[in-house]
Amino acid sequence: MYNFDVEKPTSIADAVKALGREEAQPMSGGQTLIPTLKARLAMPSVLVSLKGIAEMQGICTDDAGRICIGGGTVHAVVAKEAAAQYPALAGLAARIGDPAVRNRGTIGGSVANNDPSACYPAAVLASGATIVTNAREIAADDFFEGMFATALDEGEIITEVKFPIPEKAHYEKFIQPASRFPLVAVYVAKFADGVRVAVTGASENGVFRWTEAEDALSGNFSADAVAGLKIDGSGMIGDLHGTGDYRAHLIGVMTKRAVAALA
Amino acid sequence: MPKDGGIGASSKRREDIRFLTGEGNYTDDINLHGQAYVFFLRSDIAHGILNSVDTSAAETMPGVVKIFTGADFEAVGSIPCGWQITDKHGEVMQEPRHPVLAHGKVRHVGEPIAAVVAESLAEARDAAEAIVLDITDLPAVINMKEAVKEGATKVHDDLTSNLCYDWGFVEENKGAVDKAFEEAHHVTTLELVNNRLVANPMEPRVAVGDYARGTGDHTLYTTSQNPHVIRLLMGAFVLGIPEHKLRVVAPDVGGGFGTKIFHYQEEAFCTFAAKACNRPVKWTSSRSEAFMLDAHGRDHVTKIQMALDKDNNFTALRTDTYANMGAYLSTFAPSVPTWLHGTLMAGNYKTPLIYVNVKAVFTNTVPVDAYRGAGRPEATYQLERLVDKCAHELGVDPIALRRQNFITEFPYATPVAVEYDTGDYVATMDKLEEISDMAGFAARRKASEAKGKLRGFGVNCYIEACGIAPSNLVGQLGARAGLYESATVRVNATGGLVVMTGSHSHGQGHETSFPQVIAEMIGIPEDMIEIVHGDTANTPMGMGTYGSRSLAVGGSAMVRATEKIIAKAKKIASHLLEASEGDIELKDGAFSVAGTDKSVAWGDVTLAAYVPHNYPLEDIEPGLEETAFYDPSNFTYPSGAYACEVELDPETGHVTIERFSAADDFGNIVNPMIVTGQVHGGLAQGIGQALMENCTYDSDGQLLSASYMDYAMPRASDLPFYTVDHSCQTPCTHNPLGVKGCGEAGAIGSPPAVVNAVLDAMRSGGKDVGHIDMPVTPARVWAAMNS
Repeated sequence: MYNFDVEKPTSIADAVKALGREEAQPMSGGQTLIPTLKARLAMPSVLVSLKGIAEMQGICTDDAGRICIGGGTVHAVVAKEAAAQYPALAGLAARIGDPAVRNRGTIGGSVANNDPSACYPAAVLASGATIVTNAREIAADDFFEGMFATALDEGEIITEVKFPIPEKAHYEKFIQPASRFPLVAVYVAKFADGVRVAVTGASENGVFRWTEAEDALSGNFSADAVAGLKIDGSGMIGDLHGTGDYRAHLIGVMTKRAVAALA
Repeated sequence: MPKDGGIGASSKRREDIRFLTGEGNYTDDINLHGQAYVFFLRSDIAHGILNSVDTSAAETMPGVVKIFTGADFEAVGSIPCGWQITDKHGEVMQEPRHPVLAHGKVRHVGEPIAAVVAESLAEARDAAEAIVLDITDLPAVINMKEAVKEGATKVHDDLTSNLCYDWGFVEENKGAVDKAFEEAHHVTTLELVNNRLVANPMEPRVAVGDYARGTGDHTLYTTSQNPHVIRLLMGAFVLGIPEHKLRVVAPDVGGGFGTKIFHYQEEAFCTFAAKACNRPVKWTSSRSEAFMLDAHGRDHVTKIQMALDKDNNFTALRTDTYANMGAYLSTFAPSVPTWLHGTLMAGNYKTPLIYVNVKAVFTNTVPVDAYRGAGRPEATYQLERLVDKCAHELGVDPIALRRQNFITEFPYATPVAVEYDTGDYVATMDKLEEISDMAGFAARRKASEAKGKLRGFGVNCYIEACGIAPSNLVGQLGARAGLYESATVRVNATGGLVVMTGSHSHGQGHETSFPQVIAEMIGIPEDMIEIVHGDTANTPMGMGTYGSRSLAVGGSAMVRATEKIIAKAKKIASHLLEASEGDIELKDGAFSVAGTDKSVAWGDVTLAAYVPHNYPLEDIEPGLEETAFYDPSNFTYPSGAYACEVELDPETGHVTIERFSAADDFGNIVNPMIVTGQVHGGLAQGIGQALMENCTYDSDGQLLSASYMDYAMPRASDLPFYTVDHSCQTPCTHNPLGVKGCGEAGAIGSPPAVVNAVLDAMRSGGKDVGHIDMPVTPARVWAAMNS
């Protein structure tokens, strides 16, 4: 690591102020950032830790029945405390990384980073969640802008993520054998007014909605409805662990299995 | 009833108390007064001309003690290679100079170019970033077959080509082998890759150099499997320090798997720099450096062929292998694809004619050397995949084909220069069929198919050569070292013993199993015996631990020394008992006169040796301490049969290991629990190679699998509960313990069983692809299923 200052504000307002400093970098759980710093691939002058902000912690339910998760809430808390209300989301959180990661990594950090192989963005997008920041509310469909790119402005903090709770939902993950991130994972959420399907791990543009599958499932919510659907392998990630065509194939399989799990 | 002590008892590993409670003393735990830290500036390109290294700005940085470049090591020796191969034309191998710090050229990603010694690691690293390099990129030599073509870019300009050697074995047999192929009734051909691996011991390498100006004594603390070998190689060949002025200490070492055998530049650097800076210098490898720089394993590309007669008897075998050496010759690298590989090609079969060709090739990658099994897994994988392919081409049962061709008479002289002393391949195969519940496979396959999965069953046999080996023989084969082992047994006045062994324990449990042997010989409790290893200052010159040699060679040296102790103790006892020496018997820790009730306890005899008031001083010296050096007369030949049962998801290509059974013949066994643990660990590494692990460079020589994000290590959940049996025992005939060695068997015997099982599963799904290369990842299986 290079040298840097650390600030640990206790309010969102103070955090925003601290992030106004030159070369400031917010840090939530640090599960991506700390390895990056250790490899000297980033050189912030000040790290602003968001872990001391009480108002960004914990889970509640709003008047619209949405489950609202503070941006600084770690995966282990979501796994435990969202289990009754939104089991698919809790199940996703329970299978991110290992216990150490789950007790440090946060939903806000994961969503803000928008790693193309992260788990949370699939849930956020498929659930049609709303990302709340210190400045505004952003719909999931407007938030994810490609690999590691989001609608967040410089210094903008995710303070909360609000999830409408679908009638049923399931997250089906096929892991990359080394990192155990998703090689491909699909989140299927069935609402009264339609089905949303989000895919992570596969596309060079990061998480995306598979609208063909959504259309097919909205008319007929069964594994058979998506069995024949194909998705093109071009634009999919190709690496040591699989070609674009393989990932495209897995999208179909994971979608089918997610739906089958809900049947 | 299991024994509660001595040979054959599953004594609990005494070293685990300190390992599991954080009380171990690893090299990184060693911090010396005034210690400075080194950070190596390493090449980020695979091949280039090093025009200049400008350290002027870096020298002024805070905390910098001294900066070294290749020029500082021009008068220092090359990192040596410990084995010289003579090729099929009678020429010795091409052997490039291997500098401590790169000079003139860089030849692989990670090669050290400059070394910054500073007050702290962070300051050393900061200063390293201020060093200005001028490097002209050259094309990287990565593909072995391209590398040996006429006109290919050369890794070493002063060598005639990238071909290290072209080895033929046994060259005199080549004509007869080719003729047998012409006359064959059937020929099976297989081309395969033995995937390159990163050893990944839990503890990364560390070196701490120290120099005492007042005495001129050097000390190196290092993560080594063989401190005496490091002392000899580094002292004599690199730095010119005589052994009596150089102490090498390898304290607790957290796993080696071969990659900590070798002498590395960082060890020589820290020893050299400690004197140059007149203060201790420490280097601790990062995990990233471990991926990039610890010698890799395997990396063979092979074409192998079997000739059979009309009755399916194997009549001849020939192989053609390209073996990657990397950019320089690591300590034992040339021996791995030759003498540790070619001599194993007979396997468990009485194939009368064998010819092995190996081309060793320089590439712009990190050196490749021994990794758990070293040459023997490569031989076993080729042969056992080939035999399976033969069976399927001929439409015969793979086990029956193996049984038909088994060697059944021992001793057996193979056509590849070695003589197996004992073995019973039928017995281990019978045992395997029993413990793997082969009879129940059909029902299990049906149950898998009901879930939409395919199920496959694969077997293989293996033979390995352990306890490496007779010094005179390996000398003829090009080894630049002897391969004996040593032990000093020191008996204390009150009867306790300390064994100073040249073997080194880095996970094998010697501190537990070695005392079991002596406890059995004398009849005293194991806790009266202590094992000391790992420090050249207090152990006799030994060759260290690798190739499953510790008990077979080091244990034998300890037995010989203990026999000397017992012989002398009997003389003392005969004096104390006023009886003839020939009538003295040692049993249960007491010496008695045969046929009488007169006896004297072990402790009374040992006390007499050191307080010789009543003692035959005119005949024997006081004291009770003996040293023995043991040089075996042959390798040992463990063998076995393994079975793997997999389930394959045809939609995703994902393979899971459902059952794995191992029937091994390790000869006599000292501690069955430790042997079981060794097999478990070997299986994990073999299954890791077969299913997951893959070290990959791109065409520019960049390491793609450079961290655990991309290099897949097996985790507990990737592995099944193993069924392990070692009740088939044909003791080794030429060492006093009758032991054979068990450390590598699991890694040698498991990869072909896994791949054979995967192919069996695919065939059951209607897809016969003939072969699939390791690692058998989901993506590869899916691609093969859809090819």
